Amino acid sequence: MSPVPWTHAFGLAAVLFAMGLGTVLVRRSLLFTLIGVEVMLNASGLAFVAAGSHHGEADGQVMFLLVLTVAAAEVAVGLALLLRLHHHRRTLDPDAACELGG
Amino acid sequence: MIAFWLAALVTVAATALAITRTHPVHALLNLVVSFFGVAIVFFLLGAPFVAALEVIVYAGAIVVLYLFVVMLLDLGRDAGDGEKALLRPHAWLWPALLTAVLLVELLVVGLGDAPPALPRDPAAAAATAPAAVGRTLLGPYLLAVELAGMLLLAGLVAAGHLGRRAARKEAS
Repeated sequence: MSPVPWTHAFGLAAVLFAMGLGTVLVRRSLLFTLIGVEVMLNASGLAFVAAGSHHGEADGQVMFLLVLTVAAAEVAVGLALLLRLHHHRRTLDPDAACELGG
Repeated sequence: MIAFWLAALVTVAATALAITRTHPVHALLNLVVSFFGVAIVFFLLGAPFVAALEVIVYAGAIVVLYLFVVMLLDLGRDAGDGEKALLRPHAWLWPALLTAVLLVELLVVGLGDAPPALPRDPAAAAATAPAAVGRTLLGPYLLAVELAGMLLLAGLVAAGHLGRRAARKEAS
């Protein structure tokens, strides 16, 4: 199995990160914004693993594990907040929650 | 190498599909395909442990959580159509252009001074094997593992509290 050049994997991570960022900027539904954030976290984890593979150390995978933990905790809290938003405003448009005081 | 390019192509295509769908379930299923593609790339990078983790945790738990929420809120085609009316070209053109510029910048800066790829020797392959990852986690990174556990506990408590409040209000 020939090794994958880390530059190729990093290019893929950059493409995925840019797509996730575009999703966060463009989509109006909070669910899709959270999906964009997940794509970005996945891309950054890919960059970590590629760097670890390049240097031949396990630290890249450890960093990916930590990024995965952060993503899981963020998804749990973010989706709970999304449920609260839907409960209050009956919509998933984050602009509906632009005023304080309910 | 062709395996990597195929996996990368599938990943990018699936992500592009996932972020442009209006139906939430379609988007999430495309996202699962994207995560599988990334898992294959991890495997090709010589990291089978995180490849398995990507499938089990990302595709198997996080996306399933998203699907649960979609089913809980009964987000069907209605949620998608309302958003489609807002996605006129003048809404997404400039963010897409800016993101493309950012991507070019990332690639130029990130790959500009890239050193040539080191040849893989068996020692390097063993250093990224799952056993080495385990030893590293329980050795130098033990504190990080404990902190990750605390972070997960905080997320668990927060999600439980936020979710319980909504259920109690609906019952009253």
